[in-house]
Amino acid sequence: MEVPISTAELLTTDGVPLKQSLKKAERKNKIRAFLLVFPLLLFIIVTFVMPIGDMLLRSVDDTQINTVFPNTFSEFKKWDKEKDELPPEEVYKALFEELAYGDKIQVGRALTRMNYSKSGWKSLIKNTSRAIKKAVKKNEFPDSYKDFLITANDKWADPTFWYAMGQMVNNQTPIYYYNAIDMTYDQDQNVIRQEENRRVYVQTWIKTLKVSVYVTFFCLVLGFPVAHLLANLPLRYSNLLMIFVLLPFWTSLLVRTTAWIVMLQQQGVINGILVWLGILNDDGRLSMVYNETGTLIAMTQILLPFMILPLYSVMRVIPKSHMRAAQNLGAKPATAFWKVYLPQTIPGMSAGGLLVFVLAIGYFITPELVGGKDGKLIGSWIAYHLKTTLNWGLCAALGAILLGVMLIFYWLYNKIVGIDNIKLG
Amino acid sequence: MALPSYATPVQRTYYYAYLFFCSVVFFFLVAPLIAIVPISFSVSPFMVFTDGMLSWPPDPDAWSLRWYQNMIGNCSADVVSSTVPCSHKWMTGTVNSFFIGLTATFIATTLGTIAALGLSRPHMPYKGLIMAILISPMIVPLIITAAGMFFFYARINLVYTFTGVILAHVALATPFVVITVTATLVGFDMNMVKASQSLGARPVRTFFKVIMPLILPGIISGALFAFITSFDEVVIVMFMASLDQLTIPKQMWAGIRQEISPVILCMATCLVALSIFLLTTVELLRRRSERLRGIKSR
Repeated sequence: MEVPISTAELLTTDGVPLKQSLKKAERKNKIRAFLLVFPLLLFIIVTFVMPIGDMLLRSVDDTQINTVFPNTFSEFKKWDKEKDELPPEEVYKALFEELAYGDKIQVGRALTRMNYSKSGWKSLIKNTSRAIKKAVKKNEFPDSYKDFLITANDKWADPTFWYAMGQMVNNQTPIYYYNAIDMTYDQDQNVIRQEENRRVYVQTWIKTLKVSVYVTFFCLVLGFPVAHLLANLPLRYSNLLMIFVLLPFWTSLLVRTTAWIVMLQQQGVINGILVWLGILNDDGRLSMVYNETGTLIAMTQILLPFMILPLYSVMRVIPKSHMRAAQNLGAKPATAFWKVYLPQTIPGMSAGGLLVFVLAIGYFITPELVGGKDGKLIGSWIAYHLKTTLNWGLCAALGAILLGVMLIFYWLYNKIVGIDNIKLG
Repeated sequence: MALPSYATPVQRTYYYAYLFFCSVVFFFLVAPLIAIVPISFSVSPFMVFTDGMLSWPPDPDAWSLRWYQNMIGNCSADVVSSTVPCSHKWMTGTVNSFFIGLTATFIATTLGTIAALGLSRPHMPYKGLIMAILISPMIVPLIITAAGMFFFYARINLVYTFTGVILAHVALATPFVVITVTATLVGFDMNMVKASQSLGARPVRTFFKVIMPLILPGIISGALFAFITSFDEVVIVMFMASLDQLTIPKQMWAGIRQEISPVILCMATCLVALSIFLLTTVELLRRRSERLRGIKSR
């Protein structure tokens, strides 16, 4: 029940209605609070949010090639594929001119892009433009550009190349996203699966998810008892044991990765101990590093604190009397644990599990260094295209998909735990 | 946590199995970090425990400081090994790491603390959204951040510069400052600000004389988090810094990739020591902060 109070007549000393005056003061406070946050907000938007947005745009961007061949593409769009087998003379003419007078560096970049659509473009254009440049130098302009180009290279009579051009004539392209899931275009612009030997990404995506699930599972199995022990010991001891959890948390990631290589390699500590104990003989040393096993072991240890800490903070507040009460009422310890204790730790398990899973999906350093050939995850491909092949469109598309997956899980995390409840140390 | 005296033998077995399992996990967590320390003092150029190191009584010839001398750039004849190159790269990296780390920490702590003050005001509009944006650099995987920043900073000519790296590190480090300082401000008594202001102090003076001394533990641990984030960061540095702009993690990465040598373990040992120092500091600060807040709520 609301008690109706008329505030309209309440006036402050300077004659302004109280409600209005209060609103004004509140707005002032709001602006003040916002002004404090504003510098950082602006900074993060410029240095972080805009780069990510730029990357998302780049994953569909195809403007570069359109600035190199604007006339060719606009003529190309007029080509009626039903009527003529090959494009009309105007397309050949525009292409001739744009290759003859185009900026060399820009054309070079466009060529790289064209090769993503169909291999063979690069050599074809390079061949042709050599012939074109020669002709232009001699000032010999052909009567039929079509015949000239086809004489220069008979691939210009091959309609499949022209069909492939159809993928590039728009300023936006989904091709990088298709490539990122092992799809490509066929001659008729249908989306099909890549050839068998070029399918690499789907299996890497699956492996990334698989490794993340395994790591999350191992972290839960290893972390649960430890968190339970820490939560139930007297504070004096648990603070001491907590160092074991926090020390790896604070230690450089590269140090931990290096340490695992030292531990796991063929001549490493673990193999050494096993041989010394007589469990293995000298030539039966296990290969535990530079493969998926190494990735799993190292990532589990590295991410374990992220599981233990949220579990610990949930378990610490579960009253110890609950278990005793359950047993008092006749439940066996196992039943009491299963029916009374475990359900209360679900918030901790889901928080830790999601955190570990999300961190594992995006991991790059450890799999790259410890994983060898078969332990690499999707992050390694992103780095490879960023640094080595310079196929930035594909790099951005892989990144965008990864980001999308992450955001789904963070949305879940936010629903369950709340993003501003993240605690450190 | 101890077993009750009436525990059955089965319960006892379970209990000891549980304790054993926990100790194995604790061992799993720290063993790799401890194992590298003795190996870094080995005389051998391979990263293994040699027979001489394990013999009893200890064999002094199996131990040496040669890799540490190599690390600090002392390449005299008794240090040089045919398989391990010797250079000043580690020291250059250390200087750069501290330079980038300290600069980024200073900017991040300043911006982050001011923002945290605003965020913990009761009148903050769109708090959830703004918090999500401010924390996002911590959430997005580094490799995505690195890719995005590389494209974007390339357009404004910031790649291959220290400025670009520092800006990136500030962005990555501020969420830690915001989170820790906001957490400290949760128990902060806003009446003290009002008291200070009613006594005539201007906002800046109020901040430095009243707020800051009270939330200093939070600011310092936030700064330490920021520092370790920048100090340990390698992905951004790999893409955004030029070849000769070395940092410690970048040099370690290169070391693991190319010539895996005990010098890496020397640096790793130093970093473990650093992390023990930071961990202790943060832990002490946390307790101090809790104590301070405990007194206040009384």
